[in-house]
Order: sequence, then structure tokens, then C-alpha cells
Amino acid sequence: MYANLRWKILAVLAVTVLAVWSFYPPSQKIKLGLDLRGGVQMVLRVHTDDALKVETETAADQLHEALKAAGIAPTAVKALSLTEFMVEGIPQTSDAQFRQVADQQVTGSFDRESRGGGSHVFRMRPNIAVRNRSDAVTQALQTIERRVNEYGVTEPIVAPYGASGDQILVALPGVDDVNRAKDLIGRTARLEIKLVEGVAADEATLLQSHGGKLPPDMETRPGLSGTQGDPSKVLYLVKRTPVVTGTDLRNARPTIDDFNQPAVSFSLNNDGAVKFGKATGANIGRQLAIILDDFVQSAPVIEGRIEREGRITGSFTPQEAEDLSLVLRSGALPASLSYLEERTVGPSLGQDSIRAGIIASIVGLTFVALFMLSYYRLAGINAIVSVALNLVILLGFMAYIGSVMTLPGIAGFILTIGIGVDSNVLIFERIREEVAANKGARQAVAAGFDRVFLTILDTHIASLISAAFLFQFGTGTIRGFATTLFFGLLSNVFTAVFVSRTLFEFVLSRRPAGAVRLSI
Amino acid sequence: MRILANTNFNFIRWRWHAFVLSVAIIATGIATMVSRGGLALGVDFTGGTVIVLQFAQPTGEDVVRQALRSLGAGEIAVQRYGAANQNQIMVRLPLLAGVEQGSNLDADAARVEEALKAASIGEFKRISRDLVGPTIGRDLRRKGIMATILALLGIMTYIALRFRFSFGVGAMIASVHDVLVTLSLLMLFQYELTLNVVAAILTLTGYGVNDQIVVFDRVRENLRKSRAEPLAHVINKSVNQTLPRTVITAGVTFLAVLALFLFGGEVLEGFAFAMLVGIITSTYSTVYIASAVAVILSKRRGGGGPQTMTQAQAKARRRA
Repeated sequence: MYANLRWKILAVLAVTVLAVWSFYPPSQKIKLGLDLRGGVQMVLRVHTDDALKVETETAADQLHEALKAAGIAPTAVKALSLTEFMVEGIPQTSDAQFRQVADQQVTGSFDRESRGGGSHVFRMRPNIAVRNRSDAVTQALQTIERRVNEYGVTEPIVAPYGASGDQILVALPGVDDVNRAKDLIGRTARLEIKLVEGVAADEATLLQSHGGKLPPDMETRPGLSGTQGDPSKVLYLVKRTPVVTGTDLRNARPTIDDFNQPAVSFSLNNDGAVKFGKATGANIGRQLAIILDDFVQSAPVIEGRIEREGRITGSFTPQEAEDLSLVLRSGALPASLSYLEERTVGPSLGQDSIRAGIIASIVGLTFVALFMLSYYRLAGINAIVSVALNLVILLGFMAYIGSVMTLPGIAGFILTIGIGVDSNVLIFERIREEVAANKGARQAVAAGFDRVFLTILDTHIASLISAAFLFQFGTGTIRGFATTLFFGLLSNVFTAVFVSRTLFEFVLSRRPAGAVRLSI
Repeated sequence: MRILANTNFNFIRWRWHAFVLSVAIIATGIATMVSRGGLALGVDFTGGTVIVLQFAQPTGEDVVRQALRSLGAGEIAVQRYGAANQNQIMVRLPLLAGVEQGSNLDADAARVEEALKAASIGEFKRISRDLVGPTIGRDLRRKGIMATILALLGIMTYIALRFRFSFGVGAMIASVHDVLVTLSLLMLFQYELTLNVVAAILTLTGYGVNDQIVVFDRVRENLRKSRAEPLAHVINKSVNQTLPRTVITAGVTFLAVLALFLFGGEVLEGFAFAMLVGIITSTYSTVYIASAVAVILSKRRGGGGPQTMTQAQAKARRRA
């Protein structure tokens, strides 16, 4: 009798039950990839330069404000590049005081370099620049995640991508309105509310009262004229420093304005409310520009002190108003995005692929089963059981680690059938050789498995090496293939060697110990 | 039932003929490649746009091509997609020079759909759309080449460690041979090199090595048994002994992948084709290339005489 045969059989049954339990019911446990389910997958690049530019400009503005507050008036503060700005015209007399203010304000992030003649260049430290870039990507990731979740996509993927550090992968299964999804994700949605200093049709007229030159604390922004239903564009002269920005928002939701048009109402958090109340209280009768991504949506006249609530009007459709509230709620992107790759699969193509994959698997399995039965007779059953069990364990693995099933993944299943058969053939051929050398059935089986075990281990390790590199290379669907292949190889070592041997031993244990004949 | 049992073919004797055959196939592949101006890379690697449209009525490729002529964009490829009764057409555009990095990736796709609507050649809907920018294409090209080279080196190192250095080199050369022959046949049958096809090629490097390891393993075992025989004889004997297994495995895997090729749908056709070619090639290269290289290399390093044998046996024993 074989030692431990009962335990071996129990182990095989336990693994089978565990695998089935792990993927049952398959409709819930096995996740389908985009290529089978339909949907869109995109790779985006975050323009981290934008974030550096904002950081540098903000630092320059803050230093300027602080200098003014300290009674020092530089002739100019201007950005030189993404990471540099220059302060000019610091009088010799206030040099010491300037250094003190500058140290307090920006040292830590910027290195100062004196250029003589009261000019100083501030340069962002390289490590700070790197951190700002990676912060921008992290922030963009979080913002996109919030937007995607609010959009109501089930099981979306938003993840860093590639080695360059500024790419993001977004996968939205089941989404068919690709353009809307892209608008929602890619919109910067930077909200700023600024005081209006003038409105005109062109720049010359706008700057007339300022002697044709743009004052340093102001900027121009294009926008709608503000009259209901008037699509013509005008130019606004606004204060550089905003009263409140998107970060002061607490909530935003679609609403209807006084003209029964779709609009977006927002409410501010405590900080924002204090700032907004102060500014509106002090500027009754003046216009306030509501600027979204550098475009003035509307410029209502302040009729009284407002604290918490505001409204953005414009010519929105109901869906635009809804989408705008969504992106405002989720916060602004720290930098603009561009699309590097986009792959869309319609649901019908996914259905076709699933059907094709299933048919190919069944036909492939049938081919293999028929061949094994006719060539190895009863031992063929052995092979079929171990190959089938390999597929069951593989499905269990996939469900357990939450790997997605893709069309190349189905190809991986079919290849796993091939790999499983390979191991069985290797063993069976060896057993035949041993039988031919006039060994008894039991000795032949034992010798066959023992001799081939190392070979199987070697072949599998070599294949695992290529599967691992495949995983490294691949994106999305190819990774599905590499994962399938990888776990298929692992479980095959178990099924082809352990399970198949147990089956042989089970059959042989019911026959007299000296039996010679073996159906192989 | 048995096939190829107890054969005694002299494979090693035919190694130079095999070499000529392989070189001929690869040369044809390279000639085809040169005459077409390079490898036929898919949009995955070049960047570009692929749209699959489904028409409500049967619509010819010519009609679609005519409708898109107005776009004037050089090489728009139009071809039937999927089963004939589904009225699906695939339109493929190269990355146009005007397309700025990422900013308007979908401009070409939008223009194609507009032109088709304007031509009023019947209702259609979009089934799938792939837009690949130049950055991604370049990245994937680099990654694909790196992954293939690293996989080959990794496998070679493993075999060199487990067996002999010359076996590792033999395996490596055989794998490179498989990749080249597969690429050549892909070129001849006008398949594009897509992401899936590259995945198939990478898988083949692993699959082909399976065969080689089985033979090498038997060589090691036989070396242990018969000390006096020259290596060439031992290898030849081992190839013969494992021949049934080699042929049956290749045949069965071929059948399984054939099912994939025939029924797996358009998306996997290139993948399945590359696998089919690769299975045959790697079986052949195990017998002719890997073993032959091992023999040639071993001769150079000591003539395959008794001395080399003893070293090999000593090694094999230590490992066993």
C-alpha cells in the first residue's frame, strides 16, 4: 500500500474546494478587464511645470506683499523662469531689512543670489522642485479619483503609471460617453473670485485710464459680457489677488438662476466666508468677477455683504451645470493634463470577445482531451483531470488576488492547457520507457515521476522568468496575460506532479502489488 | 498507439542543412522588411489612431476609403474587421505631424467620423478606438525590446547555471533564432507588430526553452550513464529519446492555439499566429539549433573527447 495516500487525496480535494470556493460564483468573483467589459482607458500626463510656475509666482507675490508691508518698495518683482524670480530696485538703505524679510518669507524653498544694484534672484531649491512636482502628481491623482468616484463609475482605476513619474493611468469600465468623461477628468477647474477694475472690448480701451500700461497688481482676463444670452466676449481688468478661490469652497451644486437658466451655486467654508464677507462688505456697488480656468463666467454687481453663498451663472446646459459642480466639489487640478493614450472598447466588442474566448477555450480543451484519451488511453483521463484542476486552481488564484480577466488572459488559459499537457506527456513518455524496460507498474510510475520532476521544475522556472519580464513590459491587458501565465505555471507544478501522481497511486493501490499492466 | 518510438535519426549530421534553411527564412524576412521600409509596427509602437466602426448596412472598404479621401491624410488604411457578416471596418491613421503631443489626441479620430458622416454612406457606430500618442509609443518600443533581451539573458543564465555554459549559449541562440523566424513569418503574412504579438514572442522565448531543457536534461542523464561516448552521440541519442515527447507536446499545444487562432476573434489573431509559428519553430530549433550549437561549442572547448566528458560527468554528479 502507498504511504499517506489518504492524506494526499484529502490535500487534493481540499485545494480543489478552496479554489472553487474562491471563484464561486464566477460572475461576481472574476473581474472582467476593459477589453471584455467595454469602457475607456487613458494615460494622462500631468504638466508639473504648471505647478512649479504657480509656486514661483505665488512666492514672488507673497514676498512682494511682505516687502510692501515692511515699507520696502522694489521697482519690480517678476518671474524669470519656472523656478526663478527676481526682485529689482531694493534701495541700499533697506538692504538689511530686505534680507530679513526675504529670509522669513521664502528661504527654505528658494536660494537667494545678489546680483548687485539692489537686484536679487531667487531660485527654487532642486529638492523642493522635485517635491513640488511629485506633490502635483499626487494631488492630481487624488482629484481625479474624487471626480471619477463622483461620476459613478464602478471599479475605476486611477493609478500612477510608467517610470517618468508624471503619468497617470485612468481606467473607466462601462463608460460609453468618453468625451464627457474626459472633460470631467481633464478640466483644471480653478475657481477664482476677483474684484473687477474695468471692462472693455479690447485691451487699449481697457488700459486707457491706467496710461496704457497694465498696473502691477492687476491682470486682464477674457470673459462673457454678463448680459443674459449675449455670447460676445469682452476683456476684464481684475485684481491679481483673488478674494476667494476654489480651495475656500465647501460645496457646489447645480441650481436654477433668476432667469430660469441652469447655474451652479456654491457655499464657502469658514475661512472663505470671513474673507468673502469682508471684501463684499467693503466694495458694495462694484463688480466681482467669477473666473473659472482664467475665463470670466460672470461679473455680478455686489449688492450687499455676502458671506457664505454664491452663484456662478453663464450659458450652461443642465449637464454642464452638473459637471461643473462636480469638478468644483472635487477641487482644482494643480496642473493641466494632456492625454498620451486612449483606448475605448464598446460593450458589443467586449461581448464578442468573451464569446470568442470561450469558444476557443472549449474547442482547444476538446482537441486536447480527445488526443490524450486516444493516445494514452486510461492515463489520458489522468491528464485531463490534472489539466482541468489546473484551470480551476488558476481561476481560484485569479479571484483571490483580484486579478482581472482580459482577452490575452483567456489566451493565457489556453496556453496553460498546453503547459499542463506538456508536463503530463513528459511524465507519461517516461513511464512508458520504464514499462518498456520491464519494470512493474508501480516501479514504472514511481521512476517516471521521480526522474521527470527536476526537468519539470527547470522548464517551469525558465518560463516563469519570461512571464516575469512580460509582466514588467506589459500594460493593462498584457499584464492580465502575464499574471495568468505566471500562476498557471505555479499551479501546474502542483497538478501535473502531485495530483497526477496521487491519481496513479490511487488506481494502483486497488490492484495487486505485483501488477505489471498499465493503461498508458 | 505510439509515434516515433525508438527512433535513431542522425539529427546532428543535418545541422548545416538546417542552418542554411533557417538563414534562408530569416533572410527572406529581412528582405521583405527592407522592401517595405522597416518592421510593420502597429500603432501601439508608432503612435496613431485605430478606429473600428460598425455599419448598419454592408459597406465596402472602397466606399469608406473614397469617403475619407477628402481628409487627404497620406496613409489612411481601411480594412474589413472581424466576421464578414458584421459589417465592421477598421480605419487606421499614422500619427500626423500636426498632432501636438497629447493635446488633441482625438482630433484625427473625430475628423474620420465627421468625414464619414458628411459622405452619408450609411449609419455607423464606433465599436472601439485606440489613440496612442508618440510618447507612449516610444516608451513601449523601448520596453518591448528591453523585456525581450532581458528575458533571453535571464533564461540563458539559468540554463548556463543549471547545465553547462555551452548549453546556455545554445538555448540563447535557438531563442533568438525563434524570435527572428517568427518575425520573418509575421512579415511575410502581413501581420503587424502589436502589443499582443510582442507578448506572444516573449511567451515563445519561455516556451521554446521548455523543449531545450527537456533535451539537455536527458543529455545530462545519458552523460552520467555512458562515459566513453562522444558528446555528439549522446546529444543525438537524447534528442531521439525525447522525440515523442517533443512532437506530441508541440502537436497538442499547436492544436490548442489553433483553436484560439480559428475562434478567438480578430483581436487575438496576430497573437495566435505568432504562437503557431513559434511552436513549430521552437520545436525545430531545439533539435537543430540548440543541440548543434552545444555540440559545436563543446568541440571548440576541448574536442568532445574523453577529457571533456569526465568534466561534464563530474559536474553532473555534483548536481545530482
